Amino acid sequence: MIREYKTIEEIAGPLMLVKKVDGVKYDELGEIELPNGEVRRCRVLEINGSNVLVQLFENAAGINLATSKVRFLGHGVQLPVSRDMLGRVFSGMGEPIDGGPKILPEATPDVNGTPMNPAARRYPSEFIQTGISTIDGLNTLVRGQKLPIFSGSGLPHANLAAQITRQAKVRTGGVTDDSKFAVVFAAVGITFEEADFFISDLKKTGAMDRTVLFINLASDPAIERITAPRMALTAAEYLAYTCDMHVLVIITDITNYAEALREVSAARKEVPGRRGYPGYLYTDLATMYERAGRKMGSEGSITMIPILTMPEDDKTHPIPDLTGYITEGQIILSREMYRKGYLPPVDVLPSLSRLKDKGIGAGKTREDHADTMNQLFFSYARGKDAKELMVVLGEAALTPVERLYAKFSDAFEKQYINQGFYEDRTIEETLDLGWSLLRILPRSEMKRIKPQLLDK
Amino acid sequence: MTEGKIVKISGPLVIAEGMRDANMFDVVHVGKHQLIGEIIEIHGDRASIQVYEETAGIGRGERVVSTGAPLSVELGPGIVTNIYDGIQRPLEKMRELYGSNITRGVSVPSLDREKKWKFHAQVKAGSQVTSGDVLGYVDETEVIRHKIMVPIGGGGTVRELFSGEYTVTDQIGILETENGERSLTLMQKWPVRRARPYLEKLPPREPMVTGQRIVDTLFPIAKGGTACVPGPFGSGKTVVQHQLAKWSNVDLVVYIGCGERGNEMTDVLGEFPEITDPRSGESLMKRTVLIENTSDMPVAAREASIYTGITIAEYFRDMGYSVAVIADSTSRWAEALREMSGRLEEMPGDEGYPAYLTSRLSQFYERAGDVVCIGSDRRRGSLSAIGAVSPPGGDISEPVSQATLRIVKVFWGLDASLAYRRHFPAINWLSSYSLYKDRLEEWFSENVHHHWTAQSSEISRLLQAESELDEIVKLVGIDALSPQDRLTLEVAQSIREDYLQQNAFSDTDSYTPMQQQYALAFLILYFGEKAAAAIDKGVDIQKISELPVREQIGRAKAVSADQFKEAYAQIQVEIDRQIDALVQSGEGSDENDP
Repeated sequence: MIREYKTIEEIAGPLMLVKKVDGVKYDELGEIELPNGEVRRCRVLEINGSNVLVQLFENAAGINLATSKVRFLGHGVQLPVSRDMLGRVFSGMGEPIDGGPKILPEATPDVNGTPMNPAARRYPSEFIQTGISTIDGLNTLVRGQKLPIFSGSGLPHANLAAQITRQAKVRTGGVTDDSKFAVVFAAVGITFEEADFFISDLKKTGAMDRTVLFINLASDPAIERITAPRMALTAAEYLAYTCDMHVLVIITDITNYAEALREVSAARKEVPGRRGYPGYLYTDLATMYERAGRKMGSEGSITMIPILTMPEDDKTHPIPDLTGYITEGQIILSREMYRKGYLPPVDVLPSLSRLKDKGIGAGKTREDHADTMNQLFFSYARGKDAKELMVVLGEAALTPVERLYAKFSDAFEKQYINQGFYEDRTIEETLDLGWSLLRILPRSEMKRIKPQLLDK
Repeated sequence: MTEGKIVKISGPLVIAEGMRDANMFDVVHVGKHQLIGEIIEIHGDRASIQVYEETAGIGRGERVVSTGAPLSVELGPGIVTNIYDGIQRPLEKMRELYGSNITRGVSVPSLDREKKWKFHAQVKAGSQVTSGDVLGYVDETEVIRHKIMVPIGGGGTVRELFSGEYTVTDQIGILETENGERSLTLMQKWPVRRARPYLEKLPPREPMVTGQRIVDTLFPIAKGGTACVPGPFGSGKTVVQHQLAKWSNVDLVVYIGCGERGNEMTDVLGEFPEITDPRSGESLMKRTVLIENTSDMPVAAREASIYTGITIAEYFRDMGYSVAVIADSTSRWAEALREMSGRLEEMPGDEGYPAYLTSRLSQFYERAGDVVCIGSDRRRGSLSAIGAVSPPGGDISEPVSQATLRIVKVFWGLDASLAYRRHFPAINWLSSYSLYKDRLEEWFSENVHHHWTAQSSEISRLLQAESELDEIVKLVGIDALSPQDRLTLEVAQSIREDYLQQNAFSDTDSYTPMQQQYALAFLILYFGEKAAAAIDKGVDIQKISELPVREQIGRAKAVSADQFKEAYAQIQVEIDRQIDALVQSGEGSDENDP
């Protein structure tokens, strides 16, 4: 039996204190009924004796201490899931907002999920071809990886994410394997225009009917942002592990998520960690990011591309910093490249894919992949150093070899990095382009490539 | 048995009433799901409990039952090659029983109760034994001979002891002690928060050879020593840690994945069984124990995982082995401390970390050491501890890095700018240090080469000189340098690229034995000396730097360990030939061009 309480004692920000409550569980979902019949949702954050502290998912306007009623539903926040979710649009709380009917659930899992047993994980090793040279050639994405995009305000991260969604394919033995692919997209506190860009891009390419969208716009309640990504991941887990699909999850923007978390933490007067973010930000982010992967006993996989905007383009800000410690690499966008007009403006040197080594090489991409990749990185770094020196001292101060490196780095930026948002390169094209650029340099500088490969 | 009722729940912290009789640090079962927790504070009747599992769905009034015993690990055959969570639950077994996600409230014994082990008794009935004496052994894996020792605090006379096949709980013999008879089993228990005793701690005297050139040559660690690897994300901490776990010349490695990525452990699980240990010829997994509490697993168990790992390591040390504990990452452990401290509403120290952060960290690292083990045969064992640190933003002025640096003796500082240019291992050769260098000098000169120390100092000197010259080049250009200084730059570059840089993913380069390390460094320095002499005779530095033999030197590190002697001798001949040729042609041109 569900009991109703009219004992609300305090409301402050997103928090509410209810007294004389009995039998409620930690993390349980609750409903608040306003005098006008409107129902809002909340979640138990702390139980202390008969006092219960709850977190509201929507704003507190109109809640009245005397007349509002609270009831607890006996379960945590859940999401009804089914295969029919594909092609549908939901709110950050998992309610359909596209005017369509409610989902007839095949299951209703708790949105927090349970941690995956590390002994049950399968190591991600299947190469995903995104058609983008800087990713395929240098920071290879594999199935089951979590690879965030670190962006800044005003940089075209949305275009890059859309390009990956459009072009991503898995090729086994040169044949494109397009089986059972799905996209789950979570918009967390982004503007209408940004969300609209994604939706119309998905519609244009016909990908909409294999996509599930969870939308929390900038104008929607901030606290809903805490649940939106978990809703998306719960849907993704169902599609991946029950329906054996390969799911690409895009979450944008994690910065908004972390700020919502900070809001709740501040309202609870918790001891803050760095920059006012709660001390458990790392653990909290990890419980989302670690839901990516592949596991034994299931064909499906979850590949995750979270997008975040670095405040002041500062990579050491807690949000990108902690994200980088959890995810398996990062793609960093650079304002400098964007100003030069090179698209996608990937900052190659600090970008990294940790899982690339197991996803490339003979049988996956090509045997020369690893060596040329290392050589390109090294040569580009040397070229950039040479150019820096050139700015200070003039071209005459460089040795002939350094001049070649400088030339290489210019050509590399212009041809390799700058490919635009609509060119789809195969991995072979990317590797061949790498070779043709390396020809600028003398053979004796190719220290990172095995001689047998150079002879070819 | 004490039983109380829950009054407060806040994340992993639960407060229960009616717990007056419970002991501090007792393990308790919480609520109807029987979650495992540990008492960390008692105020009168109320006990604060940190719960090692997710607390969602727990309500007020549910029961809390104390087990009356502190958090302990089970020590006995079956530990090696296993993978455990932070409180020593076997993850493989849990997957078989409960599926691929971790379910709450399950209790699976740490050691397999069914499996029979072949025990060989080595002590006769009637002999006197003291704590820690070896009673016999079980060959746990092809590499590890698991010695069964008299439990600590239980010396006496052996009344009976039989060889045979036993499970870990079967009685293998009987010991008569002052307090009566005691049954002996293959398994014993030990509380994780208490260091296992030893007779005497000694200063470390032998290096832990890692096969990583920059580590062994410039910043060696001793067996029984402590080291830390701080670095921003993407600088290759985990690869460094994996390399140490793979190649260190210790008998057993305990690898603690503490609040890190799940896939990293999957990588270890997939890779280690495939790699052959160069010393034993057996698979590396057969000398490895994994403790894994990934970042998405409950935070309180992450706090415990470090202690679980080091207690297991101490137990193997007590058998007289050299053991390495590798923890990745201690920052996540400190964050777990911080989270619990925040929930307990303690007064915070720096950046919200509790004031006892430093003392807890030093307690952990002080459990390392080169010791005379407990037992009457005075066998020696060592325990080395290596911790990764993940400083926010890569800035090591933060509390965890600073507290760690005050304790550990070796600092391998990882540098993001090296990582960006894919110089791995990205250990910065200017800021890193090892305080064991002097102590290990003797071992190196006896076991590797009597010039080892001189050569290693010469490398440090060149790298130092390079950084100073670089400053000048940045201001006035390379032309302002004398030919000798330009040569220094060339040789230093060769040291960086052809020696310090090491590819962990290449079969031949991943591990370099000591003799080959010495020979390779010798080759590079030999080129430098020879070239310096040539420059004195008027040879142009530009010509020297373009010599084809330099490419050969660059590829020398990839020569496999069984071929390096001939290959390096050949390169040395080639260095002589090419530089001599330059000198001769130079002398010729001098005459033509007075």
